[in-house]
Amino acid sequence: MTTQAKPEQSDIPGNIEQLIEQRVQSLVAERLDALVKERVAQAMKRDPAKRKVAIIASKGTLDMAYVPLILATTAAAMDADARIFFTFYGLNILKKGGPEKLQIAPIANPAMPVPVPNILGMLPGMTPMATWMMKGMFAKHNVVSVPELLHQAIELGVKLIACQMTLEVMGIRREDLIDGIEFGGAAMFLNFATGAHTTLFI
Amino acid sequence: MSEAIHIDRQLDAKGMLCPMPVISVKRAIKDLQRGQVLAVSATDKGACRDIPAWAEQTGHTLLSQAEENGVYTFYIEKAGWEDEE
Repeated sequence: MTTQAKPEQSDIPGNIEQLIEQRVQSLVAERLDALVKERVAQAMKRDPAKRKVAIIASKGTLDMAYVPLILATTAAAMDADARIFFTFYGLNILKKGGPEKLQIAPIANPAMPVPVPNILGMLPGMTPMATWMMKGMFAKHNVVSVPELLHQAIELGVKLIACQMTLEVMGIRREDLIDGIEFGGAAMFLNFATGAHTTLFI
Repeated sequence: MSEAIHIDRQLDAKGMLCPMPVISVKRAIKDLQRGQVLAVSATDKGACRDIPAWAEQTGHTLLSQAEENGVYTFYIEKAGWEDEE
């Protein structure tokens, strides 16, 4: 009878242990659930495909040199794998001493900040003047120069790829271009672009 | 916003124009440890959209942003993942 009368007493230690275990299990499950959700959300934000940015740079004027470089450096600053494929006149940006020589012509450029009638724009000296004015405008607003931007891009790990075919067609040698660039063709670029969410043609 | 946030590093991006503010933030945050806070001040009007966008892409936490007299101030907490540097 004593053994009968004591079942709760002998159960209590066992019960407490069970209770503790149950409580711990449920706390762990809850915390784990929240942790996993948090990590998955973070991982989704860092989706690999989102982090590839493919840019084609096909223009060689001063204004159009900025666009691919600014986009690529910003993408790299946002942890993306940014690659610029330089083709046609875009190769001017990659030439040794090239960025400093980029120009902008006022002729047939109705979007210029200071409109210049075409008949004036075609006079000798107008293109260098327009270039000088635009560079001055950028400097006044503390906009980074193209050579500096190119340097930043390389430092941030932006991959610069020169179109091999354009090089040959335009008679540009590899030695004429700056160091640290790769060479490739359309297929190589498209291979990268297919895996990228963001592909831009400039 | 009124509680004092402990700042581990200050970045002065005033006078910088796009894309330099975001590039500077990226450089500055590299030197921080997970959980540390970077305070950024910028005058670039685009920064008030660029920096939150940067934070969204990189996964770091934008704790707060404010503007006073044309200067934007951002507090960014470095997030971290054990599998990375």
